[in-house]
Formats: sequence, structure tokens, C-alpha cells
Amino acid sequence: MARSEVVKIKRGGGAAQLVDEQSKGAGELRVAIHAPADILEARKRGRELAASLGFSSTDCTLVATAISELARNIVLYATEGEIRLAPTANANHVGVVITASDCGPGISDLRNAMRDGFSTSRGLGLGLPGVRRIMDDFDIASSPKSGTTVTIKKWRLR
Amino acid sequence: MEVPILKQGAYLIASIQSALEDDDLVRLRDALTAQVGRARSRGVIVDVTALDVMDSFATRTLSELASIIRLRGAEMVIVGIQPEVAVALARLGLNLEGVATVLDLEEGIAYLNYKAHAPGREKNPRGQI
Repeated sequence: MARSEVVKIKRGGGAAQLVDEQSKGAGELRVAIHAPADILEARKRGRELAASLGFSSTDCTLVATAISELARNIVLYATEGEIRLAPTANANHVGVVITASDCGPGISDLRNAMRDGFSTSRGLGLGLPGVRRIMDDFDIASSPKSGTTVTIKKWRLR
Repeated sequence: MEVPILKQGAYLIASIQSALEDDDLVRLRDALTAQVGRARSRGVIVDVTALDVMDSFATRTLSELASIIRLRGAEMVIVGIQPEVAVALARLGLNLEGVATVLDLEEGIAYLNYKAHAPGREKNPRGQI
């Protein structure tokens, strides 16, 4: 899998500027997330983008499912935030990059949140280990000051 | 988007028509929980053919519903999980453990009939329908 292109998002104060820079990128779509209905909108848009990039219907569903988990985390834990969707590419692959960001309280125990079963055993999971499993690239940054940003990518061969 | 619940003999059939918001799923859970008693139903079929995404919230709510229905003295079966959705669920590790799932509505009714007539047999009868 093409794991070389993982975007490292700075922790702390630098994250906000980075978000603003990226938002100027061409072909990017932003979906504001502040109500449960926005979860549906975000995953619909994500599916459409993946389909337009030639992903298989299974991959489109994986993308939509991952967006659903991330968008729900925003609604549940941060109240509001946004999902950004954009096409991306490298030498041999085309991809879709999804960034879920919020200015919520952050995840205090990131290591445990990424552990399988940690969340599910409590019934109200963050679903993050699952999201990591269904996507090719996964990157997360979280702090009480800057909230949480999750960046995920799905690739397919050209 | 409200999910219509049809009464078909001793069974209730909930046909999800489109993508559901979280609140819609919770309302469906509560409606089926109430109606299974009111209608004295022996079985509940939840048709998810129209769901193009089933995430952790949806599977958790449906698992919970299956437990509730069982506690109310009926059986529940989920029908129509799409192939792409099945792949996503398997990869996510959401295997709907303890919830009966069959291919389609027809199989769902066959499953409930089987359960109604073979109450002593707890083994998953999917292969025998």
C-alpha cells in the first residue's frame, strides 16, 4: 500500500494555519459538521468523490463508512467541526484524502482510543481503530488546545 | 425519515427506505420495541437493503434492538445487508454477533418460521432453511 504520503499534521498552535492553507487547495470540498444530518451529507459527498475518482463500489462504501465514524465523533464529542474531502495523487496512485477536524476537547488518552476494543467495550466507541483498518493511511493529532484532526486516505492504482 | 413498520401475520417488518440519521434509528428501535408487544408479534424483520452504510452506531443500535426483541419474547432477523456493507462491517470488526442475518426478506420469513416451529433448537439454522 502507498503509505509514503502520510501528511503529518503539527500538534498544537500550528494546526490552525495548516488548515487554512489546505482549504485553498483546488477541488476541495468542505462539509460543516454540527448536527446528525451533516453526517449523512458528509458521507454522501465522500462516496460521490470516491466514485468520481474511479474507486470500486466496495472502496466507496469503505470511504463513506470511515467518514460516518469520524463525523459522528465530531457531533458526539466536539459538537462542531468540519470534514474536508479532496482528490490526491502520487506517481502510481490516485486517492481521496479526508480530513476531519474539530476544536473540541481533544482525546485525552489517544493511545487507548486507538486500541481495538477499548471503545467498543464501553458501548460508545470512537471507532478509530476500525477507521484505520478500512483506510490505507491514517493520521491523528489531538490536544486540548487545538482539538482533534484525523486525516485518512484511500488509494487505488492508476 | 420514518421507517414504515408492516404487520404481516405474527411478524413485524421494518423496511428501511433510505439512509437514516441516528435519531431515526433510535426511533425505529423504540417503535419496534413497543409494537412487538402491542401486536403480540413472534418475530421482527429489519430490512436494511437500502442502507449503503452501516457504521458502528447503526450496528450497535441494531444489536441492542435484537437483544430487546429477544427479551420481549420474539425473534429478530436482519435481512438485506449489501455486499459492500458486509465487507465494511467485517473489516471494521462489527460482526453483529448474536444477531441473525439472512440474505433477503424471503429468507427472513423462512428463518422466523423455522424459529417458531423449532423453539428447542438454538443452533443457527441458516444452512437448513
